Amino acid sequence: MAKSKTNTEDYLRMYRQMVRIRTFEDNANQLYLSAKMPGLTHMYSGEEAVAVGICEALTDDDRITSTHRGHGHCVAKGAEFKEMFCELLGKEEGYCRGKGGSMHIADQSHGNLGANAIVGGSMGIATGSALRAKLQGSDDVTVCFFGDGATAQGLMYEVMNMAALWKLPVIYACENNGYSEYTRTDEIAAGSITARAEAFGIEAHKVDGQDVLAVNELTQKLVARCRKGEGPFFVELETYRYHGHHVGDINREYYRSKDEEKDWRENRDPIIRFRAYLVDQGIASEEEIEAMNAEIEKDATDAVAYAEAAPYPDASEVDMHVYAD
Amino acid sequence: MREITLSQAVNEALAEEMRRDETVFILGEDVAEAGTPFKVLSGLVEEFGTDRVIDTPISEPGFVGLAVGAAMTGARPVVDLMFGDFLYLVMDQLCNQAAKQHYMSGGKLSVPMVLRTNLGATRRSAAQHSQSLQALVAHIPGLKVALPSSAYEAKGLMKTAIRDNNPVVIFEDKLMYQDKAPVPEEEYLIPFGEANVKREGKDITLIATSSMVQVAEKAAEMLAKEGIEAEVIDPRTIVPLDEKTLLDSVKKTSRAIVIDEGHQSYGVTAEIASRLNEKAFYHLDAPVLRMGAMDVPVPFSPALEDITVPTPERVVENARKLCAGELIHAA
Repeated sequence: MAKSKTNTEDYLRMYRQMVRIRTFEDNANQLYLSAKMPGLTHMYSGEEAVAVGICEALTDDDRITSTHRGHGHCVAKGAEFKEMFCELLGKEEGYCRGKGGSMHIADQSHGNLGANAIVGGSMGIATGSALRAKLQGSDDVTVCFFGDGATAQGLMYEVMNMAALWKLPVIYACENNGYSEYTRTDEIAAGSITARAEAFGIEAHKVDGQDVLAVNELTQKLVARCRKGEGPFFVELETYRYHGHHVGDINREYYRSKDEEKDWRENRDPIIRFRAYLVDQGIASEEEIEAMNAEIEKDATDAVAYAEAAPYPDASEVDMHVYAD
Repeated sequence: MREITLSQAVNEALAEEMRRDETVFILGEDVAEAGTPFKVLSGLVEEFGTDRVIDTPISEPGFVGLAVGAAMTGARPVVDLMFGDFLYLVMDQLCNQAAKQHYMSGGKLSVPMVLRTNLGATRRSAAQHSQSLQALVAHIPGLKVALPSSAYEAKGLMKTAIRDNNPVVIFEDKLMYQDKAPVPEEEYLIPFGEANVKREGKDITLIATSSMVQVAEKAAEMLAKEGIEAEVIDPRTIVPLDEKTLLDSVKKTSRAIVIDEGHQSYGVTAEIASRLNEKAFYHLDAPVLRMGAMDVPVPFSPALEDITVPTPERVVENARKLCAGELIHAA
């Protein structure tokens, strides 16, 4: 755990955002288990320090692209529970009017260019967003979130090549949770992941993705350097997903053991670790933290109730938004 | 009116729009100093610089993806895809990403980009540089598809495409780059979804796209000598499609042949013929015929390649049979 205690407010916001993600996911999982949610969804639980550590280093003008496992990025970039749950349930008040759902949730008001259901599919979009910033002469930075599985897609190498050639302000954030869907990553990824970025002359870092302060500290430095034209950068974040590939992936012992899951949950949980740190450093008391947790839980419960009661889009919406005016 | 080549017309359209709107930029392989292998973009980098005429590596999915991202964040990129055949390389970025962003986001995000590419066989370029793949993209909701048939259309449609807030795929016939046509000096735009009646007639309607418009016009001239008056219509965009002009014509002539250089099966000709059947059935005196490219990979040998695409002679033959009341199966 990084030691510097720079700003109490920032720390509390980081904790709050991590708990908001976990709480959102617990509720989303419950909606799935109780058959109230159409389709499937992919839980971000366990990876909270990655999204929060990175997004807390960004402004609303900075942009991100997200993945099929995208709720965490969406919350971390500033989205509200109510519109998110409405989207997950296919309701009109959702961020995408119910047309995108969990795998396409986008919140452009906070710079979230959207989740993407094609593994690695948003790498071009993120790099194009960075190209736009450079051509425009703005200092906006784009972060491209993707998983270890996406490192097997050819698109990644095409866009990293161009980003490096043109010094684009983009940070490639590889969330390595150890599993490429139902397969161990070491079975699908040859060599070192960071070395692949380095081959293009891109400065690459590896960081403990369960340590929100370490992630945030590194990202702040890289974002500042991106703004000065020193990008692109590549970061591999070692993390873990507590659930299966998606909520329906329950029996998964054929690809990973319960002992391993237990070890990550009990010994490397980003929220438990940061909570202990906050208390230890005297930044927050146990009571304050419990109160914060309860408040977030209530927000989520209210938002779920709101979304459940919210109307579906009118049938007339089905062919709206195919083309822009 | 002055005459310029299709290549010059595209170049002018791009230059005018780049002067008018600083968010317009060009991205693709060998677009800058080389001006593309067809020299369509010559001179643009000299005027607009390498920040707006950007040479990319040979990474089609990569640079199309970059264009999608730049378009989603406020730019109007014009992507140059050197050959239409390379569409297969960029299908995910074009069809899963560009085409769907607006809808998936409930109208919040949009992708105002143009993908310029080409079509057309008989250039002796064999199976991977000769295809006409407009049906492939016309199938995807969210994409618009323009098929200019002359320098005039190439300029007017390109300018409209650049100003459109959607992803537009525009196919130029690579055999027509040096063909001249009258093009006004003053600015004009050609709206999407407005077909052009190239020639009026009362006996049969020839609906033809892009490279096939010339074929249809030639066929119409030949038919006129036999006393058959063919009406020739160029839809100019197939998405959106000006159904009304096509239907009005067919209701008048009672017969139609649809001609497009894409493969005939499951193609543009099939779609248009089907709409005519559905919406003008009682006005028809004969089945609507489709004439597309043969359902074979484009062969290299000139002796074979020339057989694969519709020709004026074959259009005339089919039109004659339709007008004579013979129920035929098109060759």
